[in-house]
Amino acid sequence: MIEHLPILQVIIPLLAAPICLILREARLVRWFTFIASALAFVNSILLLQQVQTQGTISYSLGGWDAPIGIEYRIDLLNAYLLILVTSISTLALLAAGPSLRKELSERKETYFYVAYLLCLTGLLGILATGDAFNVFVFLEISSLASYTMIAMGRDRRALWASYQYLIMGTIGATFILIGIGLMYMMTGTLNMYDLAERLPEVQQTKTVFTAFAFFVVGVCLKLALFPLHLWLPNAYAYAPSIATVFLAATATKVAIYVLLRFIFSVYGFEFSFSHLPLQEILVALGLMGVFAASIVAIYQDNVKRLFAYSSVAQIGYMILGLGVGSKTGLTATLLHLFNHALMKGAIFLALAGLIYRVGSVNLKAFSGLGKQMPWTMAAIVVGGLSLIGVPLTVGFVSKWYLVLALLESNWWPIAVLVLIGSLLAVIYVWRIVEVAYFRKAMQDSAPYKEAPLMILIPTWILVLANIYFGIDTGFTVGLSEQIAASLFEVAK
Amino acid sequence: MNFLEQYNYWIVIILMMSGFYIVIAHGNLIKKMIGLTVFQTSVFILYISMSKVTAGTAPILNEAYKVYSNPLPHVLILTAIVVGIATTALGLALVVRIKEAYGSVEEDLIQEKDLQQEGSE
Amino acid sequence: MIEQSVLMQLIIILPLLAIPGIIIFGKWPNLREAVTLIAGGLLLIAVIVFYQNFDAGQAAYIHWIELLPGLDIAFKAEPLGVLFSMVAGSLWLVTSVYAIGYMRGHGEVNQTRFYACFAVAISAVMGLAFADNLFTLFIFYEVLTLSTYPLVTHAGTEKAKQGGRTYLSILLATSIGFLLLAIVGTWWQTGTLTFTQGGVFDDSTSKVATSVLLVLFIFGIGKAAIMPFHRWLPAAMVAPTPVSALLHAVAVVKAGVFTVLKVCVYIFGIDLLRDIPATQWLLYLAAASVLLASLVAMRQDNLKKRLAYSTVSQLGYITIGALLASQAGILGGALHIVAHAFGKITLFFCAGAIMVAAHKTEISDMRGLGKAMPITMIAFFIGSLSIIGLPPAAGVWSKWYLLMGTLDTHQWIVMSVLMVSSLLNIAYLLPIPLRAFFPGAGPQGADFRENAKVIRIERAQIKEAPWPSLVALSITAIMTMVLFFWPHVFYELAASLAGLSGGING
Repeated sequence: MIEHLPILQVIIPLLAAPICLILREARLVRWFTFIASALAFVNSILLLQQVQTQGTISYSLGGWDAPIGIEYRIDLLNAYLLILVTSISTLALLAAGPSLRKELSERKETYFYVAYLLCLTGLLGILATGDAFNVFVFLEISSLASYTMIAMGRDRRALWASYQYLIMGTIGATFILIGIGLMYMMTGTLNMYDLAERLPEVQQTKTVFTAFAFFVVGVCLKLALFPLHLWLPNAYAYAPSIATVFLAATATKVAIYVLLRFIFSVYGFEFSFSHLPLQEILVALGLMGVFAASIVAIYQDNVKRLFAYSSVAQIGYMILGLGVGSKTGLTATLLHLFNHALMKGAIFLALAGLIYRVGSVNLKAFSGLGKQMPWTMAAIVVGGLSLIGVPLTVGFVSKWYLVLALLESNWWPIAVLVLIGSLLAVIYVWRIVEVAYFRKAMQDSAPYKEAPLMILIPTWILVLANIYFGIDTGFTVGLSEQIAASLFEVAK
Repeated sequence: MNFLEQYNYWIVIILMMSGFYIVIAHGNLIKKMIGLTVFQTSVFILYISMSKVTAGTAPILNEAYKVYSNPLPHVLILTAIVVGIATTALGLALVVRIKEAYGSVEEDLIQEKDLQQEGSE
Repeated sequence: MIEQSVLMQLIIILPLLAIPGIIIFGKWPNLREAVTLIAGGLLLIAVIVFYQNFDAGQAAYIHWIELLPGLDIAFKAEPLGVLFSMVAGSLWLVTSVYAIGYMRGHGEVNQTRFYACFAVAISAVMGLAFADNLFTLFIFYEVLTLSTYPLVTHAGTEKAKQGGRTYLSILLATSIGFLLLAIVGTWWQTGTLTFTQGGVFDDSTSKVATSVLLVLFIFGIGKAAIMPFHRWLPAAMVAPTPVSALLHAVAVVKAGVFTVLKVCVYIFGIDLLRDIPATQWLLYLAAASVLLASLVAMRQDNLKKRLAYSTVSQLGYITIGALLASQAGILGGALHIVAHAFGKITLFFCAGAIMVAAHKTEISDMRGLGKAMPITMIAFFIGSLSIIGLPPAAGVWSKWYLLMGTLDTHQWIVMSVLMVSSLLNIAYLLPIPLRAFFPGAGPQGADFRENAKVIRIERAQIKEAPWPSLVALSITAIMTMVLFFWPHVFYELAASLAGLSGGING
């Protein structure tokens, strides 16, 4: 059993999906999905422990050894992210019951869980695999499943958002396919580690540059780097709340993982950053993303869309950390991957509870909610403080490392800009605080009750995680520094 | 660097750009899907054409032949084609539902209706 | 007895421990207030005991947790911290007494939230006072900002919201934009954030870098209200007066100048300060702040606004003391923390009392009030003396040492600013109690006799402030005088700090 952990990670949700179809009844399916996700979570913890004791795990699918066969390769970076994705997935599923019952019609609920499991499969597959084409396949699996999930939203704009996401996502995936194809053409292999060995000989050819360019652009579309982020706000805003929770906390993080993996483990740090002006581009786009998205967020009336734009801004920070090109910068990015998932997971789960009771996410509907739904609003406030980067929350930890990385590389004007970006976050978070706590509730509605317990509990687990990992940073910081160090070592 | 010798790449480029152009330039949702399909097809052709080795035969073992075309890209493309079909199917299903919900499959009409709805919210 | 390090932690946690009690007894106001008063009393005893056993050579030190590699939350007792803790600790109890009178007299809502947030704020102040390094200080600094926001916006009205916005945006903008940058910069340059005698910088850091860092620190410590980042102080006057009194005369603003002093003495070190070119410019900026704020104060008719600008001006004194980079300056600055705290809190208490008892907020309405509210106005007079720097009020000593500091360092401009500002203080503070007792000359004309009659009838209906408030403001006024005659306690602490700072003797 233990040797098969890498493949089990992907197979558990994959097999669970069609079984849900067989089970049919929504309540049964709900618990089954939760168990499948929980098993995947346990699996990921075991994998991390294994990697920490044994070092990188290499698993050949079907007994066919690499580079001919497909290899699953788990090192600290994937193990870290596997835990992140599975834990958020499980927590979101805890809250899924009441939330989906309100937002979807009865017969659609089962199909939602099927799509959810397939999306989870795809994401876990991307993380676990060591084969480049496998990345594309799982990427498309997760994307297709997410298009489906988004389209199930109540509002008809969900359909339109899903369609737009489909078009843009497919173009991105096709770019990635082109990149992989060109890489294969030059080296004859699809295994990522074999590629790493063979690429240096052919590095200076135009084909490899083109392959890298196509690949990076495709991945940047998937991770919603400015200006390729246009699909994200609507997709997150109109999707069912649980879908938003899951996607906001995981999908873009996995795309960033793909970028990191190819930059460091396949192409190598030197090639990626020296022969092409990738550093400048990433830093510039990251910064622009932070400012453009934060400013747009300030003017949003739909609170879900507001936080979606906030996500684009936070992704900008992550890319900025990557663009700095130092170990501290990479540590900051890795930290923020984890921390942002906690922040946004908590906020969107709180919003799920809010939608359950209030039915709308327009800012006007928030009037007076501070008194009526104190726990939900408190969760949003803490999440907001984390976004701003107040000490004792996780947001502060990543921000500290990012500013430190920028100062270490003597880019202090950018450090100033990063801090100004945090102040923009204060504005859009405080808009919500003011409406919720300072305005009287709208007169014509009966007072709202607090969100149901099944939604509140996962919300507060994430909120407390926000604070806990903001104080006891040993796990996240320790792992991130280790991973950053190992990625830079490989790059030599 | 004979242009004629690399005609396959030219075809790929032409198809890719046509497909991409169709996606961007047309407002009709179904036409967009078609453009997307053309775009994806160009990439399939890229893979398949690159696998053909000059004077290579089909990859069936036989003593008479020494040079074989590479079968791996074909396999990869089979997968990609399936993915493409799934995407197209999903996209068209979405178009059907959009037609039901909005009454139109033209992008600008849909956006107008959305703006109206947001204005009245 | 209790060990010093345990006592130190107890002082920090004690206010927090009161919170569950406050919340549980929310429905029974007397019990709830009793919780606050008991906690306040215990805190007072704790800080006094701590002071008595304080020994600078063997300072208590406690380490809570290492948040990030190399960055801990740790606490260490040192003279300035002990001084600050005593000021805040004693005044919490007094302010709670005052608040009971005020909140009940004014019929305020949400009192439970008020007392609970108060407790959090005081806890943050204690944590800040005893912080061993910049990191810990920054954490409690931010906690203080956030925990005082609900207090500032207590009224929940549109005006309160606007005031809260100004308050929060300026404080967060300065702390995140400048202070955090300065802290990370210091960490990057020196690898340590611990408050060390003589400073943490060595020759490896260029003068330019330290100048930039000094500027970032001074502007980043928004709570010290250096112009142009002072707007939050008058904006925060929308808060109920007990909040203005404790937080904006004592806790929040003092946290700001405390941080300035700590940074100047323990991060930069006096000797380095004198070498940095930026210090001179910042000194002039502080002096300008002192003068401009005094001038603006003179033009304010709203009493609380006038007192707010007066605070901005007085805070400038302490910043000047820090930036003078001399022992006398440090001594004066530290003493002024005490003198101004007791003096200003008296003034604010009186302002609140006048509002509750007489429903007056504008100074022009306060003529002849002395007959109806004699104790209040006498206390106001004594508080004014402290701010101005006249005997028998404590402000004399701090002003004396600040002037000495300017003499030692030959900062003639600053010296003249200090003296002119004292005159301005007289101009904008003394008329208030004097006109209250001697309404005398006023607007001439036929209306005057009508007005005078109305005023006399009105005055007859006004009673003195509610008795808890009266008790509170009397205590602080008396303390102001006591500290004039027996300043030893605080003087010794301040002198100890000055001694530790090194630099020229004065």
